[in-house]
Amino acid sequence: MGGQVERWQYLNPGKTLAETLDISHKTLLYVEGVTVSFDGFRALNDLSFYVDLGELRCVIGPNGAGKTTMMDVITGKTRPDSGYCFFGQQINLLELDEPRIAQAGIGRKFQKPTVFEQHSVFENLELAMAGDKRVWLTLLARLSGEQRDRIDEVLGIIGLREQVGRPAGALSHGQKQWLEIGMLLMQDPLLLLVDEPVAGMTHQEMERTAELLLSLEGKHSVVVVEHDMDFVRSIAKRVTVLHQGSVLAEGSMDEVQNDPRVVEVYLGE
Amino acid sequence: MGLVRALRGDTGGQVMLAVLLVVAVVVPMLNLGVPESSPWHVSTYTVTLLGKYLTYALLAVAVDLVWGYLGILSLGHGAFFALGGYAMGMYMMRQIGDRGVYGDPVLPDFMVFLNWKELPWFWQGFDLFWFAALMAILVPGVLAFVFGYLAFRSRVTGVYLSIITQALTFALMLAFFRNEMGFGGNNGLTDFKDLLGFDLQAQSTRAGLFVASALALALGYLACRYIVTSRLGRVAVAIRDAESRTRFIGYRVDRVKVAIFTFSAMLAGVAGALYVPQVGIINPGEFSPLNSIELVIWVAVGGRATLYGAVVGALLVNYGKSSFTGIFPEAWLFALGGLFVLVTLFLPRGIAGLLAWRRAV
Repeated sequence: MGGQVERWQYLNPGKTLAETLDISHKTLLYVEGVTVSFDGFRALNDLSFYVDLGELRCVIGPNGAGKTTMMDVITGKTRPDSGYCFFGQQINLLELDEPRIAQAGIGRKFQKPTVFEQHSVFENLELAMAGDKRVWLTLLARLSGEQRDRIDEVLGIIGLREQVGRPAGALSHGQKQWLEIGMLLMQDPLLLLVDEPVAGMTHQEMERTAELLLSLEGKHSVVVVEHDMDFVRSIAKRVTVLHQGSVLAEGSMDEVQNDPRVVEVYLGE
Repeated sequence: MGLVRALRGDTGGQVMLAVLLVVAVVVPMLNLGVPESSPWHVSTYTVTLLGKYLTYALLAVAVDLVWGYLGILSLGHGAFFALGGYAMGMYMMRQIGDRGVYGDPVLPDFMVFLNWKELPWFWQGFDLFWFAALMAILVPGVLAFVFGYLAFRSRVTGVYLSIITQALTFALMLAFFRNEMGFGGNNGLTDFKDLLGFDLQAQSTRAGLFVASALALALGYLACRYIVTSRLGRVAVAIRDAESRTRFIGYRVDRVKVAIFTFSAMLAGVAGALYVPQVGIINPGEFSPLNSIELVIWVAVGGRATLYGAVVGALLVNYGKSSFTGIFPEAWLFALGGLFVLVTLFLPRGIAGLLAWRRAV
């Protein structure tokens, strides 16, 4: 917990992180010159990457290109050796821990679906719901009608209304993935980081997921990391290609596909 | 409102509380109201034994709250129990006054024996019941808070945390064994005379302590149920099952853990404070790491993450211990170890799991 937040707390007493967010330049996420090394191996190498407000961005790249590490840095799981990482112009993500980054408005879906298996679908969504998550308030918390409506709305979006009372552990793989996206929506984040949403999905499930992600564009910025090129092609407007820990190319799917460097390292395989 | 929610759907808990209520009324009646010659008479020895079991049950509920619902396997809860016990023991030592062997009006016997001239600062205030009662809760609470703050903030989990809790209770045991600590060293605190002016040897005082233990167990149980049925309880289970996921949806996992761990330690302190006047002694042996492991076995036998299972487990295992050690004292630890292995292999959800399964069939 560093000086930035405290300094800012002092200037804006009583404001939450979400209220401090300054996005007047229409850029939501700034990742600049980030380097991460694990035992000498550079997982990220001077990576710079920007995400605009409301945009849907796909990130592709071969295995070991640093896609997941990049998400780890943004969500506070991994600390970079150097570089900057800002949410809006004011919030320095490198000074916050995971819960505070989540509260600031960044939600993350993991590669392996991790839902709370013992809890029902409803309870999973309830736990993820945006709100004050301090201990005492959580102990006394009760669902308002409005919040119930919101949960019901999300259940509709992810198509799990009929599963509402089932334990999340009993859902199919695809349903768990959607539940996780639903949990992200309950957090109501400005930025959603979605790691491999269609891994292990059937074709129909994939189509549904594509619809789901496209419907989020505009209201939320979405960063999708995905291996499946057909899927990326079906949703992407802008694509970023990572290679050996830095950005190799960026642009529309067509531009990227025709970039000879990209063809060489990735698409040409 | 909270009470209704706490017990809704908790058949095991409802039955347990109903039985507890009946026992809390009937046992003292059979002890005080029925003449000794009658076959219905319950001896004072039995009343005290049952009262002791009830304090164990409360301790087991406290352990189940953190182990069953939060996934923290504390192998040091005996320390919080013992600290609560020492606080109450200190009050009762001060109550002895000049009736001790050396007749010193202020200093307890062991201090006179050590040639101490005045009461150490940390014994001040323990002549007041309310202060001692407060300390019986606060001292375990503060220790758990500091310990939990350091451990959970550094994200120490799993077996490492369990080992540190063992070390905690072991360190306290060694410290309390020392005479210079000022808690009676090896012998601990004993020879209590009275509590709040009631003679501890009196039948009615014993019955009163029994009822107080039953009441504490009932209230502690309800408080724990209130927590586990709240959203905080669901967050706790979420932490148990997928800790880092919980962090990524915005919960301060370390704070949730510290809060529930501290509450649990306070409950253990209450149990200890009720235990000591009934057994009449508290010594450093209560800090023994073995005690803390034993009480985890009570919870495992009863059924983890059910709360009422912890009560059932504590009562059954201790009843078994009392019977078994009467017949075959050396073999008890082997029996306990065997029981743990059997339960882990064949009854992973304990007796409560067996009951739930029977109901489902």
